[in-house]
Amino acid sequence: MAVHADNSKGHSIPSKVYLRVGAALLILTAITVAVAQIPLGGFNLVVAMIIATAKATLVALFFMHLKYDNRLYLLIFVIALATLAVFIILTLFDTLNRGRILPEVAAPIRSEAVIYPLDSARSGAIPTEDTSSGSNAPEH
Amino acid sequence: MQESSYLDQPRGLKSWLLTLDHKRIAILYLIAVAIYFLAGSVFALLIRTILARPENPLVTAQHYNQIFTLHGAIMIFLFIIPATPAILGNFALPLMIGARDVAFPRLNLASWYTYIIGSLVILYSLHSGAADTGWTFYTPYSTQSNSSVITTTLGVFIAGFSSVFTGINFIATVHKLRAPGMTWFKMPLFVWSLYATSIIQVLATPVLAITLVLLILERVFGVGIFDPKMGGDPVLFQHFFWFYSHPAVYIMILPAMGVISELIPVFARRKIFGYSAIAFSSLAIAFLSFLVWGHHMFVSGEAEIASVIFSLLTFLVAIPSGVKIFNWTATLYKGRISFDPPMVYALMFLFLFAIGGLTGLFLGALASDVHVSDTYFVVAHFHYVMMGGAMMGLLGGLHFWWPKIFGRMYSRFWSLTAAVLVFIGFNLTFFPQFILGMKGMPRRYYTYLPQYKPLNVLSTVGAYVLGVGLVVLVWCLLASLKRKRQTLSNNPWNAGTLEWTTTSPPPTQNFKTQPVVKHGPYDYEEMVAERT
Amino acid sequence: MNMNDNPHTDALQHHFADMEQQRESAKLGMWLFLITELLLFGGLFGFYTFYRASNPEIFYNAHSTLDVKFGALYTVVLILSSITFALAIYHIRENKRKQTLMLLGATVLFGVIFLAVKGFEWAHHIHLGQLPGKYYTFTGIQGTNPHIFYSAYYMMTGLHSLHVLGGLAVILWLMVRTRRGDFSSYYFVPLEMTGLYWHLVDMIWIYLFPLFYLVG
Repeated sequence: MAVHADNSKGHSIPSKVYLRVGAALLILTAITVAVAQIPLGGFNLVVAMIIATAKATLVALFFMHLKYDNRLYLLIFVIALATLAVFIILTLFDTLNRGRILPEVAAPIRSEAVIYPLDSARSGAIPTEDTSSGSNAPEH
Repeated sequence: MQESSYLDQPRGLKSWLLTLDHKRIAILYLIAVAIYFLAGSVFALLIRTILARPENPLVTAQHYNQIFTLHGAIMIFLFIIPATPAILGNFALPLMIGARDVAFPRLNLASWYTYIIGSLVILYSLHSGAADTGWTFYTPYSTQSNSSVITTTLGVFIAGFSSVFTGINFIATVHKLRAPGMTWFKMPLFVWSLYATSIIQVLATPVLAITLVLLILERVFGVGIFDPKMGGDPVLFQHFFWFYSHPAVYIMILPAMGVISELIPVFARRKIFGYSAIAFSSLAIAFLSFLVWGHHMFVSGEAEIASVIFSLLTFLVAIPSGVKIFNWTATLYKGRISFDPPMVYALMFLFLFAIGGLTGLFLGALASDVHVSDTYFVVAHFHYVMMGGAMMGLLGGLHFWWPKIFGRMYSRFWSLTAAVLVFIGFNLTFFPQFILGMKGMPRRYYTYLPQYKPLNVLSTVGAYVLGVGLVVLVWCLLASLKRKRQTLSNNPWNAGTLEWTTTSPPPTQNFKTQPVVKHGPYDYEEMVAERT
Repeated sequence: MNMNDNPHTDALQHHFADMEQQRESAKLGMWLFLITELLLFGGLFGFYTFYRASNPEIFYNAHSTLDVKFGALYTVVLILSSITFALAIYHIRENKRKQTLMLLGATVLFGVIFLAVKGFEWAHHIHLGQLPGKYYTFTGIQGTNPHIFYSAYYMMTGLHSLHVLGGLAVILWLMVRTRRGDFSSYYFVPLEMTGLYWHLVDMIWIYLFPLFYLVG
């Protein structure tokens, strides 16, 4: 029988590891709920994220076996997280820095912009004296 | 006696539609992608016909917008993204690494069906009033347009999954199914580039999926994420969109670069110059592709500091691309070059991609971008990179592997004629557009100022020459299928990669015996020594 | 072929050399799929970040309209389901099919509790007019554009709940297959793959919980 030979490949983790990690996750949940009741200002977010990351790490390392498995999977996982970080951080570089150098001039936003309706699309093709505005701009 | 190949057995339509053989799935993709290419080309010719004169009474402005949107959406999402990986990659990748199939054959077939379903949804949007937003679906217009934006984006969303499936499959195949002796640095460079492409497909496509979901939710529920009136930010859509779509242009070009890396050493009879530099530059391009998307938003109100950073990062992409170009030209140096059709396409690629790449630097530089943003300069740049680059790579690869795929050789004269026509037509179409853009003609309008007419007429004439060239090309390839199969040798180009060691076309199980790799893919001297 | 001695030959696909190669390939494929899921959610986490960065007071004012007790309950239930799933896989490796089946059943039960309570909570919000986007009619939150919080809330918890639902369907199918005797210590790839997916869904909730219920 190949059963035992097969079992030796890939670690079989003792069941008490799962129970202990599960208990740790439940305790961390209790802690994060308790800490959130104390007003710490901006630090509440920081603490909550640190605890969440600790929990997520436990799930990844033990439940998802990253601690025991091929390092390749850990690498894949880290690359994905890094990609996500790049996306969020570089976008924040834009959204948090608007108008730093050249002030933004805000104009009121009209609630209903005029867009050419499907049925009267033909109107745009009527030649006018000013051909540069041949496309039907929203307002004239 | 002709041995049985994957083309002959098993027989019947059902055996094709339910096939798990990567070679047959490649042919399914070839047929489907070719049909959509035809559709996209018809729209392209329509655009050029309309633009042959300003205020063309042929169509309305609205119809023009729908036509260029369909041209863009079909060519990008249904043609150039799947083309090289799903046709040539599917066929050649397992053969090149000496595997019997890809890692997940059922996922591979699912990928084709997902592609077909997505494409049909996009086609359905024709019936319900095709989208007129451009293939980029920019907000706020896309959240307000009366056309069927939801159907089109849903189609793109579904088709995106096929791209992810292919990517997952290729990465797992390269990691787990290489033949004995096929170390990472004995892999053909086409495999390296497909590997880099797959990484981008897996990492970037989900972000497009969620972007399109957000756009659909915005239209249905008015969640306001892209609407400043409701606390959102329309430029955020562009961030989301280009975080996928900029890496996506590398999904399109990287496999073509891989094809070129195969063609040049074979037809110059020289070992590739700088193998590991080319392999790593593929990975470097994949890495950098995720850092540059903000260069699409220089004039969209992006923060200046962010624009400076993105501009700088954009210039970095030129380095690995340049590494490739220099290595290819160094390989050609003192080579015994034979001008067979695949090589002619490879040389066309070098020339056209260089123009496309260099004009990209104009666009990446902040100051010059302001002048040419949203003009025909961008259109010309994009087509030089995508059609002059990605498409020429695809055509070169198709001509290269055609005898392996079908076991028949096409007419050399007619395929060279087609190549010349394509080259002349392509340049005639798109080079004038650089000048038009520099002179300030904006893109995406159905009409233009009278002074732009001569160059537009030239461009339209070029488009028809290009069209004729492509018809000759397709006819030449199809005509070859009527030829007799027996006469062809297994390795008509004297190439060194594994797929040429099996019969043409290959048997269903790819190789009679498990190949064992002893030398690198471009070690022609060793191969000659081995044979004698 | 000496392979014929093995009773499970049909589980090995023709293009793999052995079971180990097949299992490793499946796992690699699964991890690649998981990161696509991660980036799919990642887009929404990005969206949350940008939305929150530009409207911080709304998120602060609105989060108190969510009940922490519910949030904590979901977290506990999902952690418990992750434990039972991990133990189910542990038992199939020991060839204990009956325990596996019971543990999978417990996982489904926890998942159903999650969805049922979530549905109840959603119904409550909808009743109060705390709806996404233009349908938002609730008046109890201070600040401009208070709908923002609920738009983010429905999108992120909605996508998450869809993933729980999908996971449950797969687990039920796995229970049928376990009963049928498809799995043993020799072949349990589908269980292992689904387990990875289920843990990822749990992991995403671990972040959603504080972001909406605790520090909103």
